[in-house]
Amino acid sequence: MPILTIDGRQIDAPQGSTVIQAAERLGVFIPRYCYHPGLSIAGNCRICLVEVEKNPKLQIACNAPVTDGMVVHTKSANAEDGRRAVLEFLLANHPLDCPVCDQSGECDLQNFYMNFGLYDPRFREQKVKKKKAVAIGPHVMLDQERCILCSRCVRFTDEISKTGEFGIFNRGDRAELALYPGQRLDNPYSGNVVDICPVGALTDRDFRFKARVWYLSSAPTVCNRCAQGCNVDVHYVLDRPHLNEGARVLRLKPRYNADVNQWWMCDEGRYGFRWIDEGRLTKVRNRGVDSTWEQAVAAIAAELARLQQHKTGSRLAVIASSQLTNEELFLIREIFQGVLGAHVTASVPTPPGYEEDDFLIKADKTPNTLGATLLGLSGPGAPDATAIIDEALQGRIEALWVFGHDLATLIGEEKLQELSRTLRLLVFSGTNETSTASRSHWVLPTAAYVERDGTFVNCHGRIQRIGLAFPPVPDSREDWSLLLEIARQLDHPLAWRTPQEIFQGLAETVAPFAGLSYQTIGSQGALLGSTSIGFPPQEADRCDSQRGERERAVTGGGANGDPWGPRIKQ
Amino acid sequence: MAVKVVRRCELTLWEKLYVPLILGGLKITSAHFFRNLFLHSAHRLGLLKHLRASVTFQYPEESRPLAARFRSRHRLTVREDGTPRCVGCMLCETVCPAKCITIVAGEHPDPNVEKYPVRFDIDLGVCVYCGYCVEVCPEDAIRMDTGILDVSAYSRDEMKLDIHELMNPALRKPVGDCSLTFPHQCRLADGQMKGGW
Repeated sequence: MPILTIDGRQIDAPQGSTVIQAAERLGVFIPRYCYHPGLSIAGNCRICLVEVEKNPKLQIACNAPVTDGMVVHTKSANAEDGRRAVLEFLLANHPLDCPVCDQSGECDLQNFYMNFGLYDPRFREQKVKKKKAVAIGPHVMLDQERCILCSRCVRFTDEISKTGEFGIFNRGDRAELALYPGQRLDNPYSGNVVDICPVGALTDRDFRFKARVWYLSSAPTVCNRCAQGCNVDVHYVLDRPHLNEGARVLRLKPRYNADVNQWWMCDEGRYGFRWIDEGRLTKVRNRGVDSTWEQAVAAIAAELARLQQHKTGSRLAVIASSQLTNEELFLIREIFQGVLGAHVTASVPTPPGYEEDDFLIKADKTPNTLGATLLGLSGPGAPDATAIIDEALQGRIEALWVFGHDLATLIGEEKLQELSRTLRLLVFSGTNETSTASRSHWVLPTAAYVERDGTFVNCHGRIQRIGLAFPPVPDSREDWSLLLEIARQLDHPLAWRTPQEIFQGLAETVAPFAGLSYQTIGSQGALLGSTSIGFPPQEADRCDSQRGERERAVTGGGANGDPWGPRIKQ
Repeated sequence: MAVKVVRRCELTLWEKLYVPLILGGLKITSAHFFRNLFLHSAHRLGLLKHLRASVTFQYPEESRPLAARFRSRHRLTVREDGTPRCVGCMLCETVCPAKCITIVAGEHPDPNVEKYPVRFDIDLGVCVYCGYCVEVCPEDAIRMDTGILDVSAYSRDEMKLDIHELMNPALRKPVGDCSLTFPHQCRLADGQMKGGW
């Protein structure tokens, strides 16, 4: 492999890689606009200029293949001069409307001007006027003046989403980014062009003007909208309730994971976070009347214990959910199946969403179906939710606990009403107000997935930690802490106190999870070992084949260090 | 370290006599008293107005001249069409050390303006009058040049200024009808301030 020297340090880079990739591995950052590790190389922005010895002209690092004995200077006076001149050209027609631009604060024009520019502008002429604030699709807003024509979005729609909406039209300073005539940017991955746009030309319509990016705190988590389990960062604001009608979550951004989603995520996941702040349950309710946790837990546990004492455990059923973490499903299994002998299932049909494709979107819209299957609560051998409801309607089940699901979408309002009348006890624990919540005897408000710690197993058998971004809404509790409390009330106290400890118990009990811990899962997840029910290994391989030879990007949490450790900003 | 010797100040014989200095002090005080008595009487009769009677300003009838750089109550500058110059960049909210500024931005119909504040509140009960908001504003949209010093109220809520009072410093509480022609949030819209720091 060629050995080259970058800024006086030697590196052994793979044949066929480029100087920018070799520099990245050395920890030397070379500025870039058009270069993106997930896209083909265009080499048109010219900001990544470096000096290569014995080469008369400056070279662009993104398209200069490494050769043996190459000596590269990224910080020489020549390279910096070239870079500054390029930046001056890129900014010649830039409108400098940073105050109204949503990108400001995370804009590479701002960053690189401060790091590599700092020149006195010499452009006194009239700037070219182009179209501003054009909604080019349901999610994306285009500002042609701010565009620096790096063509990242063009390459994204050509190579990744393969929809080809974007093009660069006209020439010279009249060149502009636009959609082909009659097109709209309305593909399932359209939000990604906002992420890859290094300037404010493509901004998010959903996030538009809601907050400044420097107000946002970020926490790593995993998308819960389908079985792919894309790694995401949740961006939230806790200290400015006047923004966005008091909603805490403002946007989701994909987090790099080579084996799951690389740099991307779909729009269904990206914009499907409203429920975290809207229509949340905030009060424990007993048949429509506000109650307290103490009363609720005592009353429910007493009823469960009564059913247990009468040896009628089979008259008790639980409809769990694949939206619950492995830890919570494990507790449900231990308490309801183990202690109480109840019928437990997590196999509930969910409404369809975005159509499955061969990239990220999966038909299964729950994030932990495989986890529930490995715990025996879903898939072959587990009862079906509709079967349990039929049993209940025929009076063979006295108490039913529903975790999060809205049964009205499954069986309809009338049957739900009948179910509520037939059952002695109908408990609903969940996050949002639904028909099931309003018909339940007890309503227990619980935490959304970003408000609690735990793990999901995605469809390829990769176990991933969802972390905890911020505390639950007032008066709601995490499902796992509720379940531990129920166990205590049933006189079967469990030794665990945190999701981490529950996971340890899970890893000791359930074979596929053996040997895993939150440390080994880390921020990038870990593949489960061989499983008894198994998942086709080629599934996992297909994930890998999409990765290709691409290098790891600068984004994403590091493997070292706990990304869920204490954060300074709350 | 060098030692500095400070000599004790000894009184002279004249000073030790005590009475002459007391009389000297009484002379200064009496001179001011009689001068003020004379000039105040003359001012009542409309005479000698060009001579100041005393160093005391007769506030609130008489206001002290303010330096040009003096920071008084805030105002939002206004465009010709009656909308605020502010583009809702929230730099003032960001830089404010007292966290007394609350801004919610909205979409301006003109794509060349793009953004404007639908809500802009300053809580004067919290403001420290540092002037950073004026300093940081890229649009010259907020100024502290109204010359208004007498900000007083009977409740903390009344110390909060909304976009009406900021765009029109002449307004006094209670603000009457909502005269702004663009969509905004104010206490007149739904009777109360929403959220905040």
